[in-house]
Amino acid sequence: MDAAVFIVCAVMVLSGAFGVLLARNPVHAALFLVQSVFGVAVLFLLLEATFLAAVQVIVYAGAIVILFLFVIMLLGVDRVDDLDVEPIAGQRPLAVVIGAGILGTTLTALLVVVGGPTGAPTANAPLGDAGDNAKRLGEVLFTDHVFAVELTALLLTVAVVGAVVLVRRLRGPLQPLPAEAVASKPESPESTGPDGEAGEVGQGGDA
Amino acid sequence: MEVTVAWYLTLGAVLFTLGAVGLLVRRNPLVMFMCVELMLNAVNLTFVSLGDALGDLSGQVSVFFVLVVAAAEIVVGLGIVVAIMRRRAGATADDLSVLRG
Repeated sequence: MDAAVFIVCAVMVLSGAFGVLLARNPVHAALFLVQSVFGVAVLFLLLEATFLAAVQVIVYAGAIVILFLFVIMLLGVDRVDDLDVEPIAGQRPLAVVIGAGILGTTLTALLVVVGGPTGAPTANAPLGDAGDNAKRLGEVLFTDHVFAVELTALLLTVAVVGAVVLVRRLRGPLQPLPAEAVASKPESPESTGPDGEAGEVGQGGDA
Repeated sequence: MEVTVAWYLTLGAVLFTLGAVGLLVRRNPLVMFMCVELMLNAVNLTFVSLGDALGDLSGQVSVFFVLVVAAAEIVVGLGIVVAIMRRRAGATADDLSVLRG
């Protein structure tokens, strides 16, 4: 039974990952990401990590992918990518070689050299059963790791403030580069071209 | 047939590899972020399966923090993408080479 659930979920996860990799439309890629994330959530349930399975569905499928879709729709970047052209020569073969290297290294290190999980479990955080998983996780988080939890609160605050600062609209047109700074650069005619063009595009977007 | 921890570790390694290859191949910054999410999911799966094998809750605690960092990373990353797309519509990762000094 467990093996059947695992195989179904593994197929779901990997086909979703291939979908993200190969989808020409970013909206389709986001939906394939949801499929992959749901598969991982069911695997968490199989491992009796019930709290994390719920959080996985809520945070990933419910928040992160929705955020992706919002950005895709708001910016109108749901145009279809042309995957047939390869802008940098040799990029894809190199990526496949690097991927094979990562896969070979991790599988060799995990399964051949080490041969499985080693080390003793910590005494103060034994794994409970699925029923009291959330309770035990909360106890460990707010006793042993309470400082780290407060740091994550700070991290989330900084992230929200940073996002607001990044996407706020500037009043008026974009400022051109200072004249002396442009003149001191050796490649000044090339560097002013994209900046001026970018400024016009920005104004058009604001209007 | 018993599902051992090696199954989960293999699935995690394959998922991480797919995410890494996607990050290297795709040029749409949004799809590249999705590939980063795939890699984080692979690591989460590895954490939980190793914690299950060792009978230890620390793996799930690590996954909790990874989730928080992933959420913060996506918020800031999508903010950067919005700021760039507003200036250059349809920019790909290659167009950002104009940022070099």
